[in-house]
Amino acid sequence: MFYPDPFTRREFLRSGLIMASAAATIPAFLSASANAMHGALGGLSSAPGVPDDHILVVVQLSGGNDGLNTVIPFGMPEYYRARTGIGIAEKDVLKLREADGVGLHPALAGVKDLYDNGSAAVIQGVGYPNPNRSHFRSMDIWHTADTSATGDGWIGRYFDSECCGFGSGESGSLPGAAKAKAGKRQPPAEADATAGPPGIAIGRTAPLAMEGRKIKPVSFESADLFRWTGQDVDKALKDPYTELNRRGASELMVPGNPQAQDTNASFLLRTALDAQVSSDLIRKAVSRRPETTFPQSDIGRQLSMVSAMIRAGLKTRVYYTSLGSFDTHSGQGGAQGRHSQLLRQLGDAMKAFYAELRAQGNDTRVLTMSFSEFGRRVGQNASQGTDHGTAAPMLLFGPMVRSGVIGEHPSLRDLDEGDLKYKIDFRSIYAGILEGWMKADSKTILEGTFRPLPVLKKA
Amino acid sequence: MPNQPENQTPTPSSSPAVEGRKPTGAAGPKRSVIEDDVLIGTLRPLDAKLFGYHQARHLLWRAGFGGSEEQVRTLLAWGPAKSVDYLINASDVPFEEARPDAFDKDILHPPGKEERDMYRAAQRAGDEDTLARVRLERQKREQTDRTQMGEVQKWWLKRMIETPRPLEEKLTLFWHGHFATSFRGVEDSYHMYQQNQLFRSHALGNFGDLLFAIVRDPAMIKFLNNNDSRKNKPNENLARELMELFSLGVGNYTEKDIKEGARALTGYTFDDDAFVFQQQNHDNGGKDILGKHANMDGDAFVRTILEQRACSAHIARKLYEFFVGDLPADAGDIPAPQKSALRELGNTMLQARYELKPVLRRLFLSEHFYDQRFFNEQIKSPVQLVVGAVRSLNTPVRDLSVLNDALDLMGQRIFMPPSVKGWNGGRSWINTSTMFVRQNIMTFLITGRKPKGSDKSTSNGFDALAILPKDVTGPREVVDALLGVTLGQKPQPARRALLAYLESRGNTIDNDTLTSLVLLITAMPEYQLC
Repeated sequence: MFYPDPFTRREFLRSGLIMASAAATIPAFLSASANAMHGALGGLSSAPGVPDDHILVVVQLSGGNDGLNTVIPFGMPEYYRARTGIGIAEKDVLKLREADGVGLHPALAGVKDLYDNGSAAVIQGVGYPNPNRSHFRSMDIWHTADTSATGDGWIGRYFDSECCGFGSGESGSLPGAAKAKAGKRQPPAEADATAGPPGIAIGRTAPLAMEGRKIKPVSFESADLFRWTGQDVDKALKDPYTELNRRGASELMVPGNPQAQDTNASFLLRTALDAQVSSDLIRKAVSRRPETTFPQSDIGRQLSMVSAMIRAGLKTRVYYTSLGSFDTHSGQGGAQGRHSQLLRQLGDAMKAFYAELRAQGNDTRVLTMSFSEFGRRVGQNASQGTDHGTAAPMLLFGPMVRSGVIGEHPSLRDLDEGDLKYKIDFRSIYAGILEGWMKADSKTILEGTFRPLPVLKKA
Repeated sequence: MPNQPENQTPTPSSSPAVEGRKPTGAAGPKRSVIEDDVLIGTLRPLDAKLFGYHQARHLLWRAGFGGSEEQVRTLLAWGPAKSVDYLINASDVPFEEARPDAFDKDILHPPGKEERDMYRAAQRAGDEDTLARVRLERQKREQTDRTQMGEVQKWWLKRMIETPRPLEEKLTLFWHGHFATSFRGVEDSYHMYQQNQLFRSHALGNFGDLLFAIVRDPAMIKFLNNNDSRKNKPNENLARELMELFSLGVGNYTEKDIKEGARALTGYTFDDDAFVFQQQNHDNGGKDILGKHANMDGDAFVRTILEQRACSAHIARKLYEFFVGDLPADAGDIPAPQKSALRELGNTMLQARYELKPVLRRLFLSEHFYDQRFFNEQIKSPVQLVVGAVRSLNTPVRDLSVLNDALDLMGQRIFMPPSVKGWNGGRSWINTSTMFVRQNIMTFLITGRKPKGSDKSTSNGFDALAILPKDVTGPREVVDALLGVTLGQKPQPARRALLAYLESRGNTIDNDTLTSLVLLITAMPEYQLC
């Protein structure tokens, strides 16, 4: 449903019409099958015809998370010298069994739990050359996987290459569907009608990372805002509104119809149709209560919605969530305090997320990656806080990840003007996820050669 | 099929004009695939007799933010020459000038000598308390300044809504997107305000003057780090963007020109709110820029740029895309008639020595501009959507903060373009989430129902009857008139759906029913076009 290419869309609609020839109108067909979809695929771990059902969930920690107080190098005396007020005492650190002298912040008990169950990887010293200390610039660098911070988003490029772009040459199929084609029957078009968009971002705006040239993510802040408010003025407006916004389905498929050409008008008709269908899909999906309990935090709410969409069988490949306020220039606290509260929200929500996914039987399909635009300086500042720094650890979650501590902790002696030197380029991790988890060609997508870091358990 | 050419014109008054345009008129306004043999590839003036209702409407939406039925009819009565003169000679229209002291310029003044001495002394003495206090003070000022930035945003939004000089504000918006500078990076609301005033004062002036002014603009200097540029370590940011984005376009200069240009711009910085030239930081050596060898400073660098033919071509292209329609990124893919129209526009600019009025007059009077394939085929920017809705439907403004937040959600937070490249515009405005925001901000303007929150008040204040022309009665005529005012077109299936709704309300023509119809129409995909 989310193919931007008008030709493919028309083809799809035509084939859909043939399959549902008994249906009176296209919009009716779409909504009927949308309902059927929920019944048929709810809770299934795999959609028929699509062998690759892996899902990536991104958790963005905005503001620059203090890596040194997330994964604590308690074995390095320099740490305690640099952090006289905010350092985490060794007795409070949650020690990681196979790593010497490093451990998790006590607020990350949820992460420790996942780690002990073989479902969390701690990658140390992640960064990139010539680090930029501006929030916006560095965030853009992480989103574009490009140190000049230009171009489309890295996940958007993945969508483009998998769907209808330079990669597979396959026009307008969802990620994964291209591979299904080789030797196998294409999944039926009507299944695609409710597949869900390739990428869904929860938040006010769509993250640059998800913006492809052709494929755009669906984004919404909360499901109840992802709908037309005019119907609240008068319920009777709902039906004519739906009719007016789903016209695309019938108007776009009339051969020779100028609306079927690639005009801005037809583009708008298509997007309006997409908005209608995904609004219904998503709102229906998240209206269902989870099997388990989530914490009340905002990140808990976001991950709860993601789990609901996974459970509903949306074939969305990437979900994007975020947690803010990591810009702790002053009063960041130590074992207690502001930063610890943020970490607790993250850890508790992540633990709840995987408990829910396990209850659904979906946990092995989902890999979660968290990152921040930079770490913070080694030394604390005069305001009991920390200023913008460079390299930091990255956390991956899920039963399939290479659980454990990966890489070495950066030296606290050999610094670059008071900042850590990175050990692993973040793009190697992107490459590892793309190659290992998403089964995509990382060289094409990242437009450079980054040696993929193995991020999965050995089969 | 929504866009049958039948009944395109809402009133008989404009019919002869449209019928007189046989070759392209018959195709209807919706054909955007431009065929070389049909689209008029010159900027020859439109025959005044062909300036009908739709032409007047097109002019008002593209050279401004749209307007009421009455305003469209005023332009129609004036004819093209007088209408375009009115828009272009904006300064002849009385309007309260924005005062330079409208905002506090001292929130973020640089620390004085006393302050600096005190800070240094505290640093030497290791006086952590004083250092923390100074830092806290600074943070408070920054907070106050962010609040003022919000006030400046609302001020400009209000100005765009209220101005009787729409083209002046529309060009101010154009230059803001062209010389894109963001508060994120400048972090001084007063400098952003100053720059906005600069764009306004040169909006319909001379592009060359504006280019000289922009390299002396504190916000731009800060945004592109020219204040950090030193004789022995020139920063290339401003030199690069000056040529790549602001004047010549990619491919019309070399990396060497950037390096040499950066040397020419050394010493161009600012102190507090004003430009200063720091001789001690300026590289006095000879430079080779764009094939010219001389001991150039920033002004000489700009002069050299303006002598390039590529400059007028680049600016002409940007103006064309803003006012007429998107062009393929690759110049080789531009259809021949558009190519020749662009060439003429660039030549006009060259002959006018970068004066903008003759260029815009030529464009807004040309047959090319009024080709019906351009009608209702531009995706409204978020600003155009919001400002245009208030101006054309005469809805209450309601709450500038809500409108400002909606602009952000729709991807166009003014004073905060996403990068120095400005907004991509066109289809990049639209995705499934912005589609709902666009529909819901219209619900807010029309009914007062907030896009968010439990505020159920729909204390209306919107007079839907007023946008209906007086003499209109009967369901069919009412729906057609509303579609004419809001969309400038009458998509057939939509028309049927609206008529069915009106019938379900017993064909009552009252404010409630009309408000509902306007709600439905502004939620249609076509409402995003102008």
